[in-house]
Amino acid sequence: MTTKSIGEPIKRVEDARLVTGKGRYSDDLMPGALEMAVLRSPLAHAKIISIDIDPVLDVPGVHAVYTYDDLEGPLAEPLPLLIPHPDLTHGRTQYALANGEVNYMGEAVAVVVADNRYIAEDAVNRIVVEYEALPVVVGVDGARKADNLVHEDVPGNVAARMEQGFGDVKKALKKAPNKLTLDLKIERSAASPMEGRGTVARWDQDLKRLSLWSSTQTSTGVRAAVASKLGLDLGQVDLITPDVGGGFGVKIMHPWPEELLVPLAAMNLGKPVKFTEDRREHFISSAHERGQEQHIEVGFDDEGRILGLDFQFWHDHGAYTPYGLIVPIITSTQFLGPYKLPAYHVVFESLYTNTVIVTPYRGAGRPQAVFAMERTMDAIAKHLGMDRAVVRQNNFIQPEEFPYAHGDLNFQDGRPLVYDSGNYPELMEKAKNLVGWGEYEAFRDEAKAEGRKVGIGIACYVEGTGVGPYEGGHVRIETNGKVKVATGLTSQGQGHETAFAQIVADELGAKFEDVEIVTGDTRRMPYSVGTFASRAAVMSGSAIALASRKAREKVLRLAADALEVSEDDLEINDSVVSVKGAPETKIELGTLAVLSNPLRYAFDEASKAATQFAVGDPTKPPIPDGEEPGLEGKDFYSPMRSTFASGIHAVIVETDPETAEISILKYAVVHDCGTLINPMIVEGQIHGGVAQGVGGALYERMEYDENGQLQNASFMDFLIPYVTEVPTKIDIDHQVTPSPLNPLGIKGAGEAGVIPTAAAFAAAIEDAEGITITSMPISPSELYDLRLRDSSAVDERTQA
Amino acid sequence: MKPAPFTYQRPSTLAQALTAYAAAPDAKVLAGGQSLIPLLSMRLASIEQLIDINGIDELSSITVDESGVRFGATVRHSELLSHPEVAKVQPLIPAALHHVAHPTIRNRGTTCGSIVHADASGEMPTVFALLDGVLTVQSTRGTRQLSTADLFIGALETSLEHDEIATEVFLPALPVNRGVAFDEIARRHGDYALVGVGAIVGIDDNNSITSVRAGYVSVSEVPAAIDLTEAFPGGVLSDEALAAAGELALTHLEPEADIHATIHYREQLVRVLTKRVVTAAYADAVARRKSSREESS
Repeated sequence: MTTKSIGEPIKRVEDARLVTGKGRYSDDLMPGALEMAVLRSPLAHAKIISIDIDPVLDVPGVHAVYTYDDLEGPLAEPLPLLIPHPDLTHGRTQYALANGEVNYMGEAVAVVVADNRYIAEDAVNRIVVEYEALPVVVGVDGARKADNLVHEDVPGNVAARMEQGFGDVKKALKKAPNKLTLDLKIERSAASPMEGRGTVARWDQDLKRLSLWSSTQTSTGVRAAVASKLGLDLGQVDLITPDVGGGFGVKIMHPWPEELLVPLAAMNLGKPVKFTEDRREHFISSAHERGQEQHIEVGFDDEGRILGLDFQFWHDHGAYTPYGLIVPIITSTQFLGPYKLPAYHVVFESLYTNTVIVTPYRGAGRPQAVFAMERTMDAIAKHLGMDRAVVRQNNFIQPEEFPYAHGDLNFQDGRPLVYDSGNYPELMEKAKNLVGWGEYEAFRDEAKAEGRKVGIGIACYVEGTGVGPYEGGHVRIETNGKVKVATGLTSQGQGHETAFAQIVADELGAKFEDVEIVTGDTRRMPYSVGTFASRAAVMSGSAIALASRKAREKVLRLAADALEVSEDDLEINDSVVSVKGAPETKIELGTLAVLSNPLRYAFDEASKAATQFAVGDPTKPPIPDGEEPGLEGKDFYSPMRSTFASGIHAVIVETDPETAEISILKYAVVHDCGTLINPMIVEGQIHGGVAQGVGGALYERMEYDENGQLQNASFMDFLIPYVTEVPTKIDIDHQVTPSPLNPLGIKGAGEAGVIPTAAAFAAAIEDAEGITITSMPISPSELYDLRLRDSSAVDERTQA
Repeated sequence: MKPAPFTYQRPSTLAQALTAYAAAPDAKVLAGGQSLIPLLSMRLASIEQLIDINGIDELSSITVDESGVRFGATVRHSELLSHPEVAKVQPLIPAALHHVAHPTIRNRGTTCGSIVHADASGEMPTVFALLDGVLTVQSTRGTRQLSTADLFIGALETSLEHDEIATEVFLPALPVNRGVAFDEIARRHGDYALVGVGAIVGIDDNNSITSVRAGYVSVSEVPAAIDLTEAFPGGVLSDEALAAAGELALTHLEPEADIHATIHYREQLVRVLTKRVVTAAYADAVARRKSSREESS
């Protein structure tokens, strides 16, 4: 009897390959290909007066130099605005190569293709560009002041202004017995995957076909963008996703300029061409996220129940808006978290600055939203002198209220914001137990007696996961018994080869070891959207389950015929179909695959058994009506709306009274992502997410100076936490409220770990210090300065 | 991130290296490469020639005797750190080396190279200054011995002539009745210190303080060693004296602000680390005196 595979912590099948250096990333492909290097703007805002490429033309080993003047047709147009929105009234995108103006330090101005990257970089250094510097806009402040404009034709630097809400907030605030105002700030950070961007292209002149490899989170997105910009039919372009060294959102944004110029060069030169981004380039030319300033006005009753809330925020969108308003829309809607607000109004402005573009990074606007809401909850608790957990509990949506609609708000997918399932009160009980909420007071008093400062913080989130529109699955059983499965979205290390195989094993009855998963290859599955928004398990997992069920139906039909029994009497275990209660009457999946495909020729032993002369009913056609040759199943999953995962993080920190260093004593996570396919993979996602959250809370920020120069464009100065900076142990507890929206009851788990982390740390540090924390991340130096300011404020109060 | 073109040679004797180096005015010496290679790759520096001294056997030895520790230009941080005699003769060396970056960097990086890189935010230049080390430099013209004062002449600047190669470092042994300690605070484990402090405390037979010297990392232009003895009147280790020592140190230092720390914060770390490290060095001195008495009795 086969044991159930879903729910088991099966070891990841991809790890043997990935941890022994056998992964194949884009830079490993096509050794000897020509390589591209990019000349990037050293200035944040400037007009380009002239570009002199003459000094490059005679450099030995240089094959091509392109500037904007070399681009033609669609390639000479601005890059696509991928997700238009009616409120994005002033959307702007960059050109593949700067067309007379640069708007951030790092914007691509010219490219060189050479024998290798060394020569290409030598050549890039010889290009002479004359710039006329323009005034630079940096930060939300600079953008709002609008003394200078990023784009001449965008007044006030405002790309978009969007307003949503429900209930009468003004009235609610007026009538509320208690009112508070908060001003908050979150700094810019970035996804910073271990592998940067990378593209390899090969043009086959005989077949008129472009093969393209990209380090991407969306195979179909890159393919469509390249085909459209280069004037190729979609069918002429194959996009194959190799192993990808992390994405975290930054690789959902396509096309990048290099991704269009590499295939252009490959087609022009008739030779394979490669671009591998280096780390400095990643900092100054890939996307960032997070930077927001926020203003909250909240009215609440004496039990801390919110009566009305007005949320205003300003979103630093960088120089262009290729990915539309997704990030601020998510902030504005996911702000509501697990709470039931009778009246809510949100308005945001997306602002242009002369900095790198802002597109989704793991969490995608939610860490900012959760920071804002959870700071509000803590402020309410402090104002009323109430337990912080109780204030939250008093505002929770109750289990019997699902599905729960937040007024008529629309989510990022344009659909109404309706939560499908959840149990937030139980989640809170689990969180309190896990972190030791009840025993904490005694612990703090004990520490205080020893001269130590400790603090506890708690933060709740709800995450809309598994957004549409769809994903597909294709399952093919081969004559050797192997089950080949394809889905179009891509893998960046999540463990899809394992988790999806577990689904196929259960749904089809195949041996787990016989299942082979391929992701992100348009030759195998040309219809797909991509890996983002914690959607892979929900979307492709569901599609693969449905495809497996279709394959199973055919297996049973064929087996019933072959074994001369009713389909209802059959079961499939370990890739063998047998009669229930008579296991000796059986047939293997591979044999059924042979039978499914009658042949004229015998190529090998397996096909010998399948020639039309050896098997089949002579009174029927070899392929019965309504059937197809082969043992396959294909299906798509397209949900009505997103499914909403939830969770609570709690952290206990200790701050050094002298050095203001912040250390983590305990980190606890309870979460609900519905059905767990592989608990070990889910926990791995949580570990990685928390590590990234620790980075966002205590370490990472993009340091732009007033000239728009990024001061810390290296891993020496952009502080991603090492393993020594993240908690050695993360306590995890699962809650399972399956989603009613998909066949397996799955909710997404990919981003959750990073979402409430900054909020939880802010609360814990505030608790330890007794100083209000309004801005994250926070460094020891900043905490020390807060202490100095606080003590001088206390001095002033005492003197007054 | 690829370096501009340069030629490369790997001489097998010091004499060959010195001749090659003298003949190439725009050359650099490659030992561990932990600072040079990133500078070249990011094209923050470019050179005509790279002279790799890793094939020169005579530069790879460590000699330890009662007078101190002597090591060649290609000796790795990790070799010194794991050498059993080094810790016995001069315990400040391993105490500081533990804070030098990460194991992979210590496996490649050389202590001599770190000293002549003369980065005041590196631990080993400060240790060299604090211990009054001696650096041997050689050229085809001859050999010179440089002390701290001779060697460090500015930020990332030494008195080595264009044809001179640093070949050997001598760090003297810890005298009797002395104790050492080293500590630093960095944003992340293994990062450059926001502030680092090493100290040597001397005591008499009554455990009274006779001398206090401290070296500072990341708060001065050139590696700094400061005599703090006057902050401990009567040889007593008190809270007041430790606080005074921190303030005294600050009068010799020039903390600067950067993206990781304000001046105020660095000053605070100087105070806190001076207190902690001097206290620990004093405790080390007392413990050493006790164990040496037990050994001799």
